Amino acid sequence: MDITVNILLTIATAATPLLIAAIGELVVERSGVLNLGVEGMMIMGAVGGFGAGYLTGSPWIGLLAAIIMGAVFSLLFAVMTLSLATNQVATGLSLTLLGLGLSGMIGTRFVGQPGVRLPNLDIPGLSSLPIVGRLLFGQDPVFYISIALTAAVMWFLFKTRTGLTLRSIGDSHTSAHALGIKVIRYRYLAVIFGGACAGLAGGHLSLVYTPQWVENMSAGRGWIALALVVFASWRPWRVLAGAYIFGAVWIGQLHAQAFGIPVPSQMLSSLPYLATVVVLVLISRDKRLTMMNTPASLGQPFVPDR
Amino acid sequence: MSANHDGANLLEVRGLTKIFGTLTACDHIDLNIAKGEIHALLGENGAGKSTLVKMLFGSLEPNSGEIFWNGQAVRITSPGVAKKLGIGMVFQHFSLFEALTAAENIALSLDDGSPISSIAAKARALSYSYGLPLDPESLVGDLSVGERQRIEIIRCLLQTPQLIILDEPTSVLTPQEADKLFETLERLRAEGKSILYISHRLEEVKRICDRATVLRHGKVVGHCNPREETASSLARMMVGSEVQAVVRAPVEGIETAQPLLEIRGLGRKPATPFSIPLKNISLNVRAGEVIGIAGVAGNGQGEFFESVSGEVLQQDAASVRIRGKDAGGLTITGRRLLGAAFVPEERLGHGAAPRMKLSENLLLSRHATDGKAFVGTGGMVKSGAVYAASQRIIEAMDVRKSAPDPEAAALSGGNLQKFIVGRELDRRPSVMVVNQPTWGVDAGAAAHIRQALIELSRSGSAVLVISQDLDELFEISDAIAVMHNGELSKPMPIAEATFEKVGLLMGGAEPGHAEHTLETA
Repeated sequence: MDITVNILLTIATAATPLLIAAIGELVVERSGVLNLGVEGMMIMGAVGGFGAGYLTGSPWIGLLAAIIMGAVFSLLFAVMTLSLATNQVATGLSLTLLGLGLSGMIGTRFVGQPGVRLPNLDIPGLSSLPIVGRLLFGQDPVFYISIALTAAVMWFLFKTRTGLTLRSIGDSHTSAHALGIKVIRYRYLAVIFGGACAGLAGGHLSLVYTPQWVENMSAGRGWIALALVVFASWRPWRVLAGAYIFGAVWIGQLHAQAFGIPVPSQMLSSLPYLATVVVLVLISRDKRLTMMNTPASLGQPFVPDR
Repeated sequence: MSANHDGANLLEVRGLTKIFGTLTACDHIDLNIAKGEIHALLGENGAGKSTLVKMLFGSLEPNSGEIFWNGQAVRITSPGVAKKLGIGMVFQHFSLFEALTAAENIALSLDDGSPISSIAAKARALSYSYGLPLDPESLVGDLSVGERQRIEIIRCLLQTPQLIILDEPTSVLTPQEADKLFETLERLRAEGKSILYISHRLEEVKRICDRATVLRHGKVVGHCNPREETASSLARMMVGSEVQAVVRAPVEGIETAQPLLEIRGLGRKPATPFSIPLKNISLNVRAGEVIGIAGVAGNGQGEFFESVSGEVLQQDAASVRIRGKDAGGLTITGRRLLGAAFVPEERLGHGAAPRMKLSENLLLSRHATDGKAFVGTGGMVKSGAVYAASQRIIEAMDVRKSAPDPEAAALSGGNLQKFIVGRELDRRPSVMVVNQPTWGVDAGAAAHIRQALIELSRSGSAVLVISQDLDELFEISDAIAVMHNGELSKPMPIAEATFEKVGLLMGGAEPGHAEHTLETA
């Protein structure tokens, strides 16, 4: 029984950074901006979070620093693509490259240093309940944040007026501009929110998942988050499903490798990617629904004529 | 006109100027709109009408000039400011969001923060009270163009504006839908609202407008009372000279002529959730005749053109036959080699590559059919021959340009369209299919293109014209068929066709059964 609980806990830990980064990117893309810099913002969050935690000794300050780091880094992307109307794909890619390089440079003095870890939740009485205690009341704080964040984004996008406005900008920025909606302002806020989320996801890596700094420790998770958003056809609950499927198969194949199943390890390592794509493609069979949820102005620079 | 600040004028515009690069789109425009009048803004495409109203609605910033609202000088810096003043706008190219519902679209333009459910109820009530029924829960992407315009109008009315600007509102409506719109406008006028009505359709301006301001090349060339003018005197003011009338000699013995383009049971599944499926379309176009296809925009004309031209291939090769040969499985080049020529709706980027010279554009569309003339041994382009051919077309179609062989994008819309049509006519194709031949083209150029299409047919070719401009179709067609919701009616000989009959079919009265239409209406 304990093994099952342990496996479930590791799945949640593996899925959480993917979920947070993908939910942030979902909001960005819903506003019509394609930010391919998720990986770069995530790794900057990771190094910033570790550094602040290591220097102050407080993992909470570390987490805050990770969020700020991601947000500030995304601001660079926002200025380039929104104010200067540069190509979003090229700018996003360079943001990733910059983030990977810059974080390596900042982090040289942190390599091999002991980090601080965010403590798991511990509610006396509840957390020690058998099975459900640790699953529901004994996980790390970022796990709870990720679930709350998903629910909040769902509510924001589909139940509030501001969310409706954001979706309308993603559908047609020219129409939105004609109605007097401040397209650029909304997109700035969306991009910064996405950056903060990516930073938080990075902070989770260096303050919870493996509380230490290793160069390139984001290991492609930013790209997986980007793919999740597309395969989930820009819908929050599907992003959640996708992140957990990925996490589950990831942990599953690690255990399979440990058991020594006679399947090449490369094959097993590719399994999470395959499984996630297959499941998400299956649940987005409805072409019409996918089309309706795809932000039509995604990736197009917006320059209002004045 | 002297300045008038006593408040009788709702809006006064003085010396409004807008410059784009080297082009002065609006040159010291003066305009007065009184309370409770329908004021027409007349002018050809490119006369500066849309630029002017965009400045009034705050989407564009004027370079100089003043705007007075109720006698007060105002600066309209954004659409939000315009809305606060009480200016509402119904756009020509709709500013709706396809993936959202009608109610959500309306909610987006209201700033009062009321919940969407209450907006839906308000919109429903208002739409019925003006006789423009609307289902607020429907997705805009699923609606017809006429229904989309209703949303635009309702959205505008919900803001209770004092001045409503309508930019070419009837260009997407059937004649019957337009009548309904006019009733609404007259009712709004009776409520004391002012309306700025932009159109190039003179008959409807004469019918509903109290005063008119005429623009030409960005300047005001006159104010008049349209009721005291004739359509031709208004046209003269707009164009600045007499417009040559198109001559169409009647054809004889067409029943026995060879059908050169045959379409049999053509069907197509929708390519995207919001596009129209084609259903069992059949049509013959014979040598010597022009067949017109009428229809409100977005009823499958684009899909139909793609299928006939070969941009999209058919499963059934016999569903499109050109000069007696199955062409449904052939690409555009294959169909061209059979003797067909195609002019798509979109000039830049579809009909011509914008950044390439006219001679290069000529080569792009005709390298296969005119291979021997234009391409020499080893695939080398005979640029001299291509250049000579492009000059021949430029001369034949009277294309006005600033350089000997300019880039396509450097030409005005009308001149580029003349070149594109001329490029195909120059081949003397036996089948010519044209989508919107004169959309956005000035009157002189339009008459030239129409005459050329008629002459091509009289020389023994089959000509198929898809157009949303009914006047044009009545001018050039020997028979008119109507496309509605992906279905095509039987062609009606021009002698029997009337605006009313065609209009009813455009609105969806029994496609394919033209002869019963009047009984059911």
